[in-house]
Amino acid sequence: MTERDDAYRDGNSLAGPLSEIFAVDVTAAGGRCAHCGLTGPVATMRVYGSAEAMVGRCPGCEEVMMRLVRGPDAAWLDLRGTVTLRIPLPPD
Amino acid sequence: MGIISRGFHGRSRDGDVKLPPGQYLTHDFPVLSAGPTPRVPLERWEFTVTTEAGQVHRWSWQDILALPSVTPTVDLHCVTKWSKLGTNWQGVSLDVLLADVETAADYALVHSYGGYTTNLPLEDLLDGQAWIAYRYDGEDLMPEHGGPARLLVPHLYLWKSAKWVRGIQLLLEDEPGFWETAGYHNYGDPWREQRYQGD
Ligand SMILES: [Zn+2]
Repeated sequence: MTERDDAYRDGNSLAGPLSEIFAVDVTAAGGRCAHCGLTGPVATMRVYGSAEAMVGRCPGCEEVMMRLVRGPDAAWLDLRGTVTLRIPLPPD
Repeated sequence: MGIISRGFHGRSRDGDVKLPPGQYLTHDFPVLSAGPTPRVPLERWEFTVTTEAGQVHRWSWQDILALPSVTPTVDLHCVTKWSKLGTNWQGVSLDVLLADVETAADYALVHSYGGYTTNLPLEDLLDGQAWIAYRYDGEDLMPEHGGPARLLVPHLYLWKSAKWVRGIQLLLEDEPGFWETAGYHNYGDPWREQRYQGD
């Protein structure tokens, strides 16, 4: 085996791939799980998969909150498992 | 598929082996999962085929083991670019499982324990192309490789060979699965390098 079977990384591993798409650090954003309602920083998600295809799961209920597929010339971001992302911004 | 010559692509340095375009040869068996590994006790395990009319065909673990099995040797091609050749499996052909199923469906949506899904045309499950596999390399299939049983449909990229298979839903209309709704190609033929939507 090259990998432990239940191995996951924390949501900080999404920082690089998401910084390609968003101008803000999304790992600091608060995500609300569409399944159980738990709200917490994206950095606390449990991340499975490979660099090409990442799955972010809720640390509370393990349901999928985010899918991120990275192709050679496009990325697909599926957030249907996330109700909202609260993105902290500098005050006006 | 006739346009592309199967012999033309990706000659590996490992010798005279032909690989699909963009693939490299590996000898280990990398594990990639979209979530935690489900642990299904065999006494509670079941496999179902559900038709478009809602008719459910059900097999227990004992039922599956009692069916005639075959031992296909197949090449695996993962969308993450590794290929592993000549892998040995044991399982039940989908031709056996679908023999008595009455359906007009053209599509299948495969469901796994743990919630994973993947879709493919029903015809890709027939004619000796797909199995419910429960042994690998002479041993019971390990949970990290999809045990107790997984779908094995090796002519498509490996994400179609759903680990921890729980059932197949037969559909009149195609319904994209877990990765197919998130950027992966709907069909996934490695010889045509159908990795992503639009490939
Ligand atoms: Zn949740």
